Amino acid sequence: MIGTIRGSRRVSIAAGALLGALLLLALFAPLVAPYGVDALDLAHRRGAPSPQHWFGTDELGRDLLTRILFGARISLAIGLVSAALSVAIGVTIGAVAGYAGRWTDDLCMRVADAMLSVPRLPLLMISAAVLSPSVPLLIALVSAAGWMETARVVRAEVQSIKTRDFVTAARAMGATSGRVLWRHVLPGVATTAAVATTLAVGRGILLESALSFFGVGVQPPTASWGNMLYQAQTTMSTEPWLGVFPGVFIFVTVLCSNVLGDAWAEGGRARE
Amino acid sequence: MLRFFTRRAAQAVPLLLVVSLLVFVLIHAAPGGPLALYLDNPNVRPQDIERLRRAMGLDRSLAAQYVAWLGAFVRGDWGYSYADGRPVLDRLLERVPATLELVGTSTVAALIIALVVGVLAAARRGFDRVATGVAIAGISLPVFWFGLVLQLAFANALGWLPSSGRSSFGGGDVGDMLAHLVLPAAVLAVAHAAGWSRYLRGSMREALALPFTRTARAGGVSERRIVLRHALRNALLPFVTVVLLDASIMASGAVVTESVFAWPGVGSLFTEALAKRDYTVLMAFLMCASVAVVILNLVADVAVYALDPRTREAA
Repeated sequence: MIGTIRGSRRVSIAAGALLGALLLLALFAPLVAPYGVDALDLAHRRGAPSPQHWFGTDELGRDLLTRILFGARISLAIGLVSAALSVAIGVTIGAVAGYAGRWTDDLCMRVADAMLSVPRLPLLMISAAVLSPSVPLLIALVSAAGWMETARVVRAEVQSIKTRDFVTAARAMGATSGRVLWRHVLPGVATTAAVATTLAVGRGILLESALSFFGVGVQPPTASWGNMLYQAQTTMSTEPWLGVFPGVFIFVTVLCSNVLGDAWAEGGRARE
Repeated sequence: MLRFFTRRAAQAVPLLLVVSLLVFVLIHAAPGGPLALYLDNPNVRPQDIERLRRAMGLDRSLAAQYVAWLGAFVRGDWGYSYADGRPVLDRLLERVPATLELVGTSTVAALIIALVVGVLAAARRGFDRVATGVAIAGISLPVFWFGLVLQLAFANALGWLPSSGRSSFGGGDVGDMLAHLVLPAAVLAVAHAAGWSRYLRGSMREALALPFTRTARAGGVSERRIVLRHALRNALLPFVTVVLLDASIMASGAVVTESVFAWPGVGSLFTEALAKRDYTVLMAFLMCASVAVVILNLVADVAVYALDPRTREAA
């Protein structure tokens, strides 16, 4: 048992390191990328992976590795910001519903139920198509569609925490509801929120890539991993590298975020 | 039993009302409303748009429009597709068999994989680590990309299977249709089996930690029988519930997979309608998918109530 915990710890450290490396590469993309974002190499259009272009080039002769590094900025930004936002919304709604109870609780949970009943991806696809979004609006949409699960879990935890003696003591000493919630109840859901955020990063990146893949997400010429796949799908049989590499980056990033979230959740359970 | 069912069914009604309101507001949030498509068309005169708007009732208040739309929807009058003028209901219904074929096959396959992997992972530690790794990888796979890669490998490079469609041109025999089914069904099955096997492993572990398994072991019951007869029986009910509650995720998966493989089902009707901003079809799709999800959730609730007496106290 101890062996597996150590083993999974090594795996999660590796996942964290990989995610950190990707983040750094994305941040410093202009410095590390071998070519300019829109630099055209007309002599090597639709080029297969080679020593000059590790991941090959697209139909305009743009370097795929460079595009992936710059696309990482958009994809990771959407994943990270939407994760933080959706969890913030989820914790707020869950905490208020769980603490206030009564009709507030009913209202919040019925809205959550309703939103969970509509299949998420088609809902987002329609919203994105209707609003033809910019990157910030995409982030808002992905966050607005992702708070329900967090809210449910946080609500349940808050309901159990608020019956504990230290909460009653704080209230007896005259602390306001806001202060009790903020200082005494919310710290108890920190682990849950951290796990939810980590998992939401992966989900946000998957949703962005799916939306962009269907042409309703990030719009060219801005590169994101998803819209690189959108552009690649028609030429998949002749220039497979254009589709394979961006997908590998999506897969690896989501995998790292899921491994980390999983390890965190496991650690939380072991402490209890 | 009947009382529980009616109470739960009654709860589903306000839920569906909220959903319908959500769907309605979303479509009408479009700049230019449902007629946005015509606004960009130079051949459509402003007077024509105005006439259409009045004919479709778009000049009335939003509340009146919502009530009219909901009433018509409940009566089965789902309007006409903007793209080809045919009734939306007909367009949806003709796509249902293909979707049932794909979703049915992949769900059965995913259930079998999840059962075998979940049980083995709970029972054998060595297998557990491999299974957990593969399952997390499966959950992390972008479904559409996985589909593209499988097409590339098995259709383009190896040439073993057809890359898209439901049958060869001009209709094929059973073997041909099965060959077309393999890749899309495999994509969906892998995506669902990954999450489900992990869940089953978890609830199997919980069941195996309960005192009654120790009692059974002390009584000399074989390990195999403990796992398969005692623990699995306990773990199966929450597992089935989770599978039913995943209906919404399955709908999303079907949309993606059908589009990648040009599978002529409801999911690819949705993406076609999305490209043409065919709002009547989009609204009908979203409503039908949500109604299906709510019904399956209801089935899950009732199944738990009927099969597990322990939950009745709480419910």
